[in-house]
Amino acid sequence: MEYLNLILAILFQLAQLLLVVLLAPLLTGWVNQCQAWLQNRSGAGVLQPYRVLRKLFQKDAVIAYNASPLFRVTPYIVFGCMWLAAAIIPIIAVDLPFSQAADVIALVGVFAVARVFLALAAMDIGTAFGSLGARREMLVSFLAEPALLMVFFTASMISHSTQMPRIVDALAHHQFMLYPSLAFAALAFVIVLLAENARIPVDNPTTHLELTMIHEAMILEYSARHLALIEWASSLKLFAYISIGIALFLPHGIVAVGNWAGLPLAIAFLLLKMLAAGAGLAVFEAISAKLRIFRAPEFLGTAFLLAVLGLLIHFLLGA
Amino acid sequence: MPIKHPNLKLSRLTDALPAWTGDISPDDLHEICRQVHDGGGRLVALWGSDARLQSGGFKLHLVLVNETGMVCLNVTLSAEQPMYPDISQIFPAANRMQRATYDLLGIYAQEGHDHRKWLRHGAWHSGSFPLRKDFDAAASRIPLPNPPPEGEGTTVPSPAETGDKDKFYEPDDYGFVRVEGQGVHEIPVGPVHSGIIEPGHFRFSIIGERVLRLEERLGYVHKGIEKRFESMSLQQGAKLAGRVSGDSTVAYAWAYAMAAESIAGVTPPKRALWLRALLLERERVANHLGDLGYLGNDVALSFGLSQFWILKEQVLRNNATVFGHRYLMDKIVPGGVTVNLDVEGKHIIERECDMLEQQVRLLRGIYDEHAGMQDRFIGTGRVEPKLAAQLGLCGLAGRASAQAWDARVQFACAPYDKLNVQMATYRNGDVAARVIVRFDELFESLRLQSEILAKLVNEEDTPLLLEKLPGNGFGIGMVEGWRGEVLVAIHTDAEGNLTRVHPHDPSWQNWPLLEHAVIDNIVPDFPLINKSFNLSYSGQDL
Repeated sequence: MEYLNLILAILFQLAQLLLVVLLAPLLTGWVNQCQAWLQNRSGAGVLQPYRVLRKLFQKDAVIAYNASPLFRVTPYIVFGCMWLAAAIIPIIAVDLPFSQAADVIALVGVFAVARVFLALAAMDIGTAFGSLGARREMLVSFLAEPALLMVFFTASMISHSTQMPRIVDALAHHQFMLYPSLAFAALAFVIVLLAENARIPVDNPTTHLELTMIHEAMILEYSARHLALIEWASSLKLFAYISIGIALFLPHGIVAVGNWAGLPLAIAFLLLKMLAAGAGLAVFEAISAKLRIFRAPEFLGTAFLLAVLGLLIHFLLGA
Repeated sequence: MPIKHPNLKLSRLTDALPAWTGDISPDDLHEICRQVHDGGGRLVALWGSDARLQSGGFKLHLVLVNETGMVCLNVTLSAEQPMYPDISQIFPAANRMQRATYDLLGIYAQEGHDHRKWLRHGAWHSGSFPLRKDFDAAASRIPLPNPPPEGEGTTVPSPAETGDKDKFYEPDDYGFVRVEGQGVHEIPVGPVHSGIIEPGHFRFSIIGERVLRLEERLGYVHKGIEKRFESMSLQQGAKLAGRVSGDSTVAYAWAYAMAAESIAGVTPPKRALWLRALLLERERVANHLGDLGYLGNDVALSFGLSQFWILKEQVLRNNATVFGHRYLMDKIVPGGVTVNLDVEGKHIIERECDMLEQQVRLLRGIYDEHAGMQDRFIGTGRVEPKLAAQLGLCGLAGRASAQAWDARVQFACAPYDKLNVQMATYRNGDVAARVIVRFDELFESLRLQSEILAKLVNEEDTPLLLEKLPGNGFGIGMVEGWRGEVLVAIHTDAEGNLTRVHPHDPSWQNWPLLEHAVIDNIVPDFPLINKSFNLSYSGQDL
């Protein structure tokens, strides 16, 4: 019986790993397609990211003369980190083997590792844009990370655990209850999501203006398979972040391991939530202008403040 | 007459413009320039010509302008040592024009403080000058370094391996001004950019995100347009003039035609003049719509881009339907126009004007009320009116910095003398001001189009195509294009062939101001500031 449970858990884990890595570009495509519609364009279709990936994997990589091995390994590390992050989060089922191994604080750490490597690789080849982007990325992330931790702490306080499955379990599978503290945390989380995924108003993922880029400036020198991995990792990151949002704030529908019957419904719920989140992201981006870069700290300061307010409310109201 | 000087005899150019010309010696140049400058005048254009066959020397030509008119000064220089006193101390805008004149003709500004090359990028040797009549193109060309052998995979030999193998190869060095200090570093941008735009190099000296200094290096699209003109007939030249800077094709073609008509002493049919004004305003509308969309895009509001570009596309399609070309190229020729406007075309334009009026008003409301957008626009890239006056900022950007100058108003040539153009000006000189001026001019152009359609005379035109100009002629034409004043000067030789044609883009004056506008702004705001000026590379690289 023990063995059977373990095998089931591993199967669930593998299913989730495959699902996220295959679905992540679809989410990016969906967001882009929504944006195209909102801008009166017909758009390239939701499958475009897959075509881009196929194109990039077929190309020959061009690498700068003075690139060190760090530059070459970074795409693999970043991709690995994002995939791992997506594996930790309970997306379709709780109590996955991977999520036992790492809690939410480790999750923040996994994101940080990817970022550090990306920033180092950007500076590695010594172009002005690389270091410019790395510098800005650090400015944004050192403000976003504490806010993200605060959001996690609020959720952890409610569920008395920093383990993702416990949090989801506590929020989804016990009696229904409204948590005002989580509402504040959710707002803070949305801001962090925008900043960390290089979205408008902090960064513009579609810009061609090299002087305004943050994330894109760091990866300007990458091409072919390396670029493909980084693009894919970006999709995974967005997918992971939205999954975290779902797990923390809309966890209803995530099944317990072994509940085969609930699985189709769980996947359907997941897709529905993803569609809604992607469309919401596109709407928000369509109506926002990009912030002047020194306004980004204020924007992220707001996120931190909201997350702290969430914590305070939890202490004061116990909810 | 705008200038009085004992050694200067001015004669009126037979022209639609209040323009005079006169010969002076290099010794009087400073005094006259100082006089014009102190009287509130400014420099419009500076170019040289090789007149050794006609008058035994080189010539330097300057167009100065003040409220009462414009004067073209011809300075005679010696054939052996063509030199003239530097005037960039009086008119800072002269600096790059003087350097370009040296690169192309070898006439030298004495006592100048800046003699770096400008248009010569190592494509020809430093001792040879393309616009001289005895220029040997084949002997002056600098070969490129050997291309890497093909079929060797993706490894391209580094410049160090191939660079000095060819002894003729002259590395293109340019002395950028260095900013020194703790924490100061440089960002070189371009000439190849990550978007599809014209090439230009920008050297930023920054501390953190703050711009301490920006230095431009242009000339990457030098195509030898002026040399090409020399071997063209008058009508072929009209085609080339319309391609100096594609977004201002109507303005250039009209200025060229105006210069040619001034030499020939003819006036085109009235209806042709009205149609020219209609085309010019349509060009202005299309470009302003495009820029307003781009300005939205540069603050990541793609909504603005797509809405304005839908409108621009509608204008371009109507251009194609009514006039046969989306960008209205080759519609204005010396002597008249090659298009006519029927009743159906009139209706199309009327409907389009109504539609644009309504749509743009709506979009302007959205732009004005979008807090995030206004936060990016207001106070960004400011050019104070005082600085603008000092450095001679002109055109649209000038009007946004309180430089109330519009050739359609000050020198209203037919048919603008009957149109009463309302000039749009603003004092703040920031990106927001340049957006406001664009909106205001857009509405004014729509009004002008309706008025032109109402007043368009229906006389039977007598087609008058100029084929040949009189000998030893000189004429200038100036038109207020959407970016600013576009000037074309034509010199003819004894047989009446084009011997020198100089197209002048307002970007010459405005590029240096961009360097000033970004000081103390942050690096990510540069693209926005740059787009708010939207200057031409091709028009100044020639």
